[in-house]
Amino acid sequence: MTKKSSKKKVPGKASGRKAASKSPVSGSRSSAGKKSVRQRKIAARTKARIMVGMGTCGRAAGGVKVFEALEQLLKAGKVKAELEQTGCIGMCSQEVLVDVQLPGRTRVLYGNIKPVKEKHIKVLEQIVEKHLIGNSVVKEHVLGQIRPTDGEKPFDDVPYYEELSFNSAQERIVLRNCGSMDPESIDEYCARDGYKALTKALKEMTPDEVIDEMKLSGLRGRGGAGFPTGLKWGFAAMSKADEKYMICNADEGDPGAFMDRSVLEGDPHSILEGMAIGGYAMGAHTGYIYVRAEYPLAVKRLNIAIAQARERGLLGKNILKSGFDFEIFIKQGAGAFVCGEETALIASIEGKRGMPRPKPPFPANHGLWGKPTNINNVETLANIAPIILKGGAWYAGFGTEKSKGTKVFALAGKISNPGLIEVPMGKPLRDIIYDIGGGCPGGKEFKAVQTGGPSGGCIPASLIDTSVDYESLAQAGAIMGSGGMVVMDENTCMVEMARYFLNFTQEESCGKCVPCRVGTKRMLEILERIVDGKGEEGDVELLKDLGEDIKAASLCGLGQTAPNPVLSTIRYFRDEYDAHIHEKRCPAGVCKALFQYKVEDPFCKMCGLCVKKCPVGAIQGGAKKLAKIMDEKCVKCGVCIEVCPFDAITQIDAREKVEV
Amino acid sequence: MKKKRTTVRTTQGGNGKKPKRAAKKAKNKPEILDLTTVDEIIARYHGEKGALIPVLQEVQGHYGYIPEGAVPRIADGLKVYQSSIYGVMTFYTQFNLKPIGRNIVRVCCGTACHVKGAERVSSKFREVLKIPVVETTEDRNFTLEQVACIGACSLAPAVMVNDEVHGKVTPDEAVTILGQYKK
Repeated sequence: MTKKSSKKKVPGKASGRKAASKSPVSGSRSSAGKKSVRQRKIAARTKARIMVGMGTCGRAAGGVKVFEALEQLLKAGKVKAELEQTGCIGMCSQEVLVDVQLPGRTRVLYGNIKPVKEKHIKVLEQIVEKHLIGNSVVKEHVLGQIRPTDGEKPFDDVPYYEELSFNSAQERIVLRNCGSMDPESIDEYCARDGYKALTKALKEMTPDEVIDEMKLSGLRGRGGAGFPTGLKWGFAAMSKADEKYMICNADEGDPGAFMDRSVLEGDPHSILEGMAIGGYAMGAHTGYIYVRAEYPLAVKRLNIAIAQARERGLLGKNILKSGFDFEIFIKQGAGAFVCGEETALIASIEGKRGMPRPKPPFPANHGLWGKPTNINNVETLANIAPIILKGGAWYAGFGTEKSKGTKVFALAGKISNPGLIEVPMGKPLRDIIYDIGGGCPGGKEFKAVQTGGPSGGCIPASLIDTSVDYESLAQAGAIMGSGGMVVMDENTCMVEMARYFLNFTQEESCGKCVPCRVGTKRMLEILERIVDGKGEEGDVELLKDLGEDIKAASLCGLGQTAPNPVLSTIRYFRDEYDAHIHEKRCPAGVCKALFQYKVEDPFCKMCGLCVKKCPVGAIQGGAKKLAKIMDEKCVKCGVCIEVCPFDAITQIDAREKVEV
Repeated sequence: MKKKRTTVRTTQGGNGKKPKRAAKKAKNKPEILDLTTVDEIIARYHGEKGALIPVLQEVQGHYGYIPEGAVPRIADGLKVYQSSIYGVMTFYTQFNLKPIGRNIVRVCCGTACHVKGAERVSSKFREVLKIPVVETTEDRNFTLEQVACIGACSLAPAVMVNDEVHGKVTPDEAVTILGQYKK
């Protein structure tokens, strides 16, 4: 990287150099038996502390309003407390989360504080009054307390957070800091053993030892393909070149996956530390984080973290006086899904169209600007520091024989407790969906779970006991992928779902190779006509043939996996395809061309509400007149069904109505 | 409605630099656009490898879109062909070749949002704003986009307006949300 850019992007650089020669990390010194002032301050907290969940999900649920309201309360109130923000703890369904910790007492989590009208202010007032001043817990809003670590006194009758059903099956390595510290504070990261692994690697280990430790851990790339990280680093280390690059792939493009975002927002320093260790192991001095422009908060926090690390001398020249130089720069993506692919990502950093190229040569030999380059995913990098600190053998103690460690999943879709979870590899899907996720909401029947986004597949309810590891998921026709898990219930149409994914990959296909560019287009056309009720005999067979060809002949991972959602739904839900094609019927009642609405005569009380609410004026009737739906005008938005107080409007198969 | 917004909202791209109200400016004087900022941005990236995308992002961050007149300047400044610049601009979804609205509404259509009814939310926005997706309202107040995933899957369906994410959006809330951003 040229000197120019470092000057431009790092305002704190000049002072950072000076600081580098002085005390480096507060946390790193403690191993020598001497604790820094700041660390002691954190250990013996004298002030009460309030933390508000302000990741993207927290903010979307109104975290900023809650934070401001607390600020007001503290300003006006009789009590003093430190107000901080934190990242995502994973319980997204309970946001906004507010944590309160009194000196010498356990940390207590309050959930579901929604800033609707002025209600949250009352709850917050209560918390300040009862908890901060009264030293007792506000029972109605409490979720749990964190198990004491330093002899803090727990509260009676408050469940431990770790024992809540959502958490009991989890093992948090990657998410160790997410949601429990201020992501914008390097001191807190250091107080939680931050940068100790980097210190250990630089001072006590040779690069080869670092790589051996990674190999021992059995960590496999968490971006989707599952290539062993130790081997990958080894290849890059073996390549001889004057310059090498370490890249963090934070282009989390899979729709339905948000774990990388949460880690970047909640624990940015862990990524920097992982990258620096990787750079040391393979001999790279420049790192890039390629992050999506859609994640502005992650970019902001990464910038803060990089500036702080530079100031402490943990990035830059001669890190911790070891003679090792390492700089990290942020490159923002510009909105192209294919840039998650290594060679496309490299092209994008080089300022070109993000199109993949054939491999070999692999990036480890010929990558960014023709130099050896190593690319790791965010979650992979978040695993590095604990592995170096606690040893590869410790990490290999989690998981199955071939899939070691833990995996973070973004649980979303039709599930009662959506959120971010981390479980040891090999956990059955059933535990994740029912014990942690709480099953489908509204008592609906669980139908399938989609893993791996547009490259993955659907696993049906009949295979719910599948173990979650690379091999078992592949056997079931899905992939581990980056960790998106979208749950679907009986009201999800699998054909429509396949069409949705193919529409996505078709739009994101870069157009370089024919099988992907043209093949996905043809597949999409077939799926569109099936969903439209115009499916023909033999369409399913055609889809299968095309799908296999595209998988075999495409240039990069995007095309090679694009047919997966279609092939896996055909494999498990062939009956739904047949119903669409032969009976012109959508069993889930989703495909608009295949159903209609009907007003049930005896139930309609002629209130006229549906007539008023219909966005396209497709309902005739009104006060004292039976509602009648004009099918030609109806756009099937479902508003009438929702608003009808008497459940008089029902959905029927299109054919049925014609017969009536 | 009458309340005037004073804060400047960030549009996509740019390295956190505050964009000017370019869209408004462009509306008044569509032809005479001050392009000196483009030169300033290019100068800052002088000699840097792979500068094209960050330069385009900063130009868009400033003007809200990439003005046609900026392309030859960037080509000269970075020593790249204009055709390559158009290649890059049209490849990535982020870049706008037309002026955009002061507020960008991005309806998330990721898997989780899709399963939870993003289509209905999207159609409500189209209905209220009276524009199709990837279009700008006549008063240049809103641009409507659909994006693949904004990573707020646990709060599906989600809508992102400028840099703010709104979670669990119902079609009815579309109007309320837009109301917050009216001039």
